[in-house]
Amino acid sequence: MQPGELVGLLGPNGAGKSTLVKAACGLVHPTSGEVRVCGAPAGSRAARVRLGYLPETFRQPAWCTADELLRLHQRLAGAAPSAARRSELLTLVGLPGLERLRVDAMSKGMAQRLALATSLVGSPALLLLDEPTSALDPVGRRLVRQVLEHLRDQGVAVLLNSHLLSEVELVCDRVAILRAGRVVAEGTPQELSHPSGLEVETALGTQVFAGVRREDVPALVARLVGEGQQVYAVRPLGGALEDAYLAAVEGESS
Amino acid sequence: MSAFWVLVGWAVREAVRRRVFLVVGVLTIGYLALYSLGTRVAFRSLGDDGPNGVAVDTHDLAGATLTGLAMFAVLFLGSVLAVFLGVAAFRGDAEAGLLQPIVTRPVGRGVVVLSRAAAAAVVSGGYVAVVYALSLLVVQVNGSWSPSSPLGPGARLVAAVVVVSALCVLGSTVLSTVANGIATFMVFGAGLFAGLMGQVARGIGSTTLQHVATGVSWGLPFEALYQDGLAALGSQQDGLTKTLVQLGPFGGGAPASHWLWAYLVGYLALVLGAAVLVATRRDL
Repeated sequence: MQPGELVGLLGPNGAGKSTLVKAACGLVHPTSGEVRVCGAPAGSRAARVRLGYLPETFRQPAWCTADELLRLHQRLAGAAPSAARRSELLTLVGLPGLERLRVDAMSKGMAQRLALATSLVGSPALLLLDEPTSALDPVGRRLVRQVLEHLRDQGVAVLLNSHLLSEVELVCDRVAILRAGRVVAEGTPQELSHPSGLEVETALGTQVFAGVRREDVPALVARLVGEGQQVYAVRPLGGALEDAYLAAVEGESS
Repeated sequence: MSAFWVLVGWAVREAVRRRVFLVVGVLTIGYLALYSLGTRVAFRSLGDDGPNGVAVDTHDLAGATLTGLAMFAVLFLGSVLAVFLGVAAFRGDAEAGLLQPIVTRPVGRGVVVLSRAAAAAVVSGGYVAVVYALSLLVVQVNGSWSPSSPLGPGARLVAAVVVVSALCVLGSTVLSTVANGIATFMVFGAGLFAGLMGQVARGIGSTTLQHVATGVSWGLPFEALYQDGLAALGSQQDGLTKTLVQLGPFGGGAPASHWLWAYLVGYLALVLGAAVLVATRRDL
């Protein structure tokens, strides 16, 4: 993974997505092979200094406040115990001004946002997110997408393990599809989707342009507008990431 | 401040701020009230002679026996607290998802385990010291009696609870929360049972049983510490009074070897070292 790159990890249950993330964190020991994080062996101190981790099961101690939890992680990460940074993190995840709220008074979605803020403590170079939106409503999911885009701008590499294909498709630069512990497909969402053409909605009706690729859209729209047509919408035809996912997963199993 | 002390402070705060700690406080007040009532009634009911006219110093016997009773109660309550604090220290917290965010920080798993053990020892040991001191105060106020050397038995009780804490933390690296709680209490019960068995063995002159009881005391030294504490309690009496005090309310006193404290240090190092080793190798 490169700095500022968002990589989506997809695969059916039991494919090894969470295990891969845990191996990168040093939580499980690989039976074979080697995992390296920012050049250091996974699980080593040098690797853990540089990563942030949001586990799939994101429980936090019920008795503490959001601020206390973030302060603990600042101290464990060796970061400056800055109250301003803690407030900044809470604001980033949509929990502004809730420093003194106890974890047991939070909804599941708020607790997941707090877990995300916790994983960002110490300004990690690599962020490993295991199902980061499992407890979030649509507003929360959009906020997480914005956070991920913000992190990309900051040069943070993010490995996003998610079952939500639409989410992965929206934010990830690259996608890897796992099955039984092996990568069975890899590429950008566009490469994997293989759209078979475009559907363009104009004042004359819906027109289909077979074989036209995503990169051809600006030229196509310019041509149609140049011909005096009014273009209302352009949609890729078929070949969604879901199709690519199913093809990769079912193709392997058959 | 090192990660170890950060985590010790965190675990101590967790221990005292969880709502269950309120229950411990209420139960302790209940124990002290009951103990105070019993002590008051016992001292007021004292005659000049023992049962059936046996010549004993009844005041001394009552004071030492009631203090011995308090020692047992404090050991039991302290051990319950130690188990409560250490029962989920590693695997239980890992199964709940609480441990992973901590151990993925640049903090060794060994540091996490040792800090949890230290916090459990500090809280349960502190609790034992305070409740033991209050129990002595109750006996002093109600019966104007106190042991000649109160610190010795108290220190042994604190050390006994530290041993229980360490065993519980070791158990937590292998067993889930409920299984570890059951196992630690069974170990605790086995230790107390071995102490009673040793006393019976001395009474009937069975060397085999004595060897078994001694072996268990080496394996579970909290029992040896408790017996040594009871023996220290009876050191100021003599004659039949001393014999009766040494019988104790729940298992008798027996002085331990002078090497007990040195052995204890090695024992704790071994138990906690094993806990660190298991924790380091375990997949989470």
